[in-house]
Amino acid sequence: MKRFTRRAVGSALAAICAMGLWSGAARAQAVEIEYWQYTFPQRVQAMDELIKRFEAANPGIKVKQVTVPYDDFRVKIAAAVPAGQGPDVVQLFYGWLQDYLKAKMLQPLPAEMFNAADIEKEFFPSVKQMKVGGQYYALPTSVRSLALFWNKKLVKEAGLDPEKPPQTLDELVAAAERATKRDASGNLLQAGITIDMLGQDHHWIREVLIRQMGGKPYSPDNRKVTYNDAAGIKAVAWYTDLVARHKVGEAGFMTDGVTAFRSNRAAFTIDGSFRLAALDNQKGLDYAVAELPAQDGKRFNFTSYWVNGITPKATGAKREAAAKFLKFITSPEAQELWLEKVGELPAAVAVANKPAIAGHAKYGPFVRGLANAEATFFVNESAQRKVFTDMVDAVLIKKQPVAEAVATAAAEEQKLIDGFFGN
Amino acid sequence: MVPARLSLSARRALWAWAFLAVPIVFYVTIRLYPAVDAFVMSFTNWNIVGTRAFNGLDNYLRLFGDPRFWTVLRNTFVYLGAGLVVSMGLAFAVAYHLDKVRFGHGFLRALYFVPHITTAVAMAWVWRWFYQPVPVGLFNDLLVAVGLPQQPFLRSTGQALFAILAPAVWAGIGFQIVIFLAGLKAIPAHYYEAAALDGAGPWRVLFEITLPLLRPTVVFLTVTSSIAYLRIFDYVYAMTLGTGGPLDSTKPIVLMIFETAFKNFEMGYAAAQTVVLFLILLAISLLQLRLMDRRP
Repeated sequence: MKRFTRRAVGSALAAICAMGLWSGAARAQAVEIEYWQYTFPQRVQAMDELIKRFEAANPGIKVKQVTVPYDDFRVKIAAAVPAGQGPDVVQLFYGWLQDYLKAKMLQPLPAEMFNAADIEKEFFPSVKQMKVGGQYYALPTSVRSLALFWNKKLVKEAGLDPEKPPQTLDELVAAAERATKRDASGNLLQAGITIDMLGQDHHWIREVLIRQMGGKPYSPDNRKVTYNDAAGIKAVAWYTDLVARHKVGEAGFMTDGVTAFRSNRAAFTIDGSFRLAALDNQKGLDYAVAELPAQDGKRFNFTSYWVNGITPKATGAKREAAAKFLKFITSPEAQELWLEKVGELPAAVAVANKPAIAGHAKYGPFVRGLANAEATFFVNESAQRKVFTDMVDAVLIKKQPVAEAVATAAAEEQKLIDGFFGN
Repeated sequence: MVPARLSLSARRALWAWAFLAVPIVFYVTIRLYPAVDAFVMSFTNWNIVGTRAFNGLDNYLRLFGDPRFWTVLRNTFVYLGAGLVVSMGLAFAVAYHLDKVRFGHGFLRALYFVPHITTAVAMAWVWRWFYQPVPVGLFNDLLVAVGLPQQPFLRSTGQALFAILAPAVWAGIGFQIVIFLAGLKAIPAHYYEAAALDGAGPWRVLFEITLPLLRPTVVFLTVTSSIAYLRIFDYVYAMTLGTGGPLDSTKPIVLMIFETAFKNFEMGYAAAQTVVLFLILLAISLLQLRLMDRRP
């Protein structure tokens, strides 16, 4: 009896060991990696399609896509990765790179597959922000930039040529003045241009207007705020004058800039390439897109992008699989699919400059803008946006002199940057 | 399993404890442990990942030296003061008169209660639209229609806080009215009969019978409403798009905590702010109970 039991236990143990070995071997054949991005229907569908193509070409690799609501995205990843859980390949906003590196949530892309010189030849120059200590940590599939959107119907009603957008800041003000409508007591009924710091306007001031007025927002090493000078004051004065002097728009009109524009209540707005899909679906809206207006012949733009990186969780075969997958989702093939499904611009210069894209009536102006676009080095995007929102509110609501408001903002933002680098 | 020699009452107690254990375990793990942990966290520097480093009183010293904290604290107390006085006054006035109405009593009561059960965020959004400039804002459309100038409401540092408080008060009084009505019903009718026989006027009845006998109701509502106004967040978040603006003029302390913790990931600093809020809530609640619950 006793011997029998022992034998039974022995064979059971052997069976368990064998099963373990077998499943271990099976696992070695099919490597499964996890890809995380935030929940956004078009992005998820595009990624599903990319995964399907990738798995067909790489039979040994399985990719599981996990999506997290945008509001929880950072917190979930921050909790999962240090615990050795979560994604092998993760999508992140370019502005979060420094945070992620500090928290050791990314490993460098394998140099043998991602040569720095090749990357810089292939992608738009702003990708350089992803290089730290000579190594690339993440790469984008697509990029975004800003452009001037105009409502053809309202522009025509104002007696302007709906096919000829303003080319300079002065022309923009003149056109906006003609398209503004007010009632007898001066209440705004139709805005010449939208004023919305919670939209894209703070990027426009920071990376475009300040540079156009001859300044620079930050020092080359991104550690010093440098817009507290004549150029910075001129840029903020120009923007706040839209409300205070030219009276062509008001913050909060129609709740926000996008709503005002899409409901035919604003003639001009500054917005990003990601808005095209939504506006194309807007019934009764006839709009067009042009490059941001120039000043003294100078054009600048703001670009932002989401990138893909590999977490420390991926080691050995998983790391190899993760690198292959990352290479694929940042390839020209993936970029074209992303443009088609999500509406964001290809991150590689050669792809974006294809005639079908660069010559496209709506993508074209954004692609041309990319040539002279800067990606702000944010240490805390929401806090830095608030600094700019408060600066404009101080001028418009508190009637603070522009120079004072700019000085306060520069000091506040410098504190944020110092806090980041000091830690 | 229960030993047979336990008395009936002991066994009953055992069963009671068995049932109570479930919520106790839940309460301790979900509520008490994180609360205690927040106290500990408030003495550390922690960015949600990595290790916590003790930094003594640094978070508290930073908080008291931060001018933004004092702005936010002032805002919080304006929400409390204005919200409490206006909501309690309105709720009592409505309940006092509703108590005398027989026709349509139930319908009116339901009408006042509806805002209380409406989702705060949905309501805040509707009010946000009410406050917009012409041509979409209801209030400004009305002002312009009667020939008055537009008001900036949410775009003004002076008006925005009160503009946000209005829907919060509106939603809160539904609950307060129902509780006041219950309190009024509980006052024995013979006091009023005696007063009528003695020829007391309505004001005298109000001040010498109704209000003194409503004291427990008033204490309860003051404490619960104070806690609610000190913790105001959802209306501000929804109506200012999460900014507490313009220029921090509407930001309450809970929004500051939220930003510190989940936008800046400064968990230790945020924990210190919650401890300060906790102490304020505790002090105000104890003070109110002491002042208002004194037996005559």
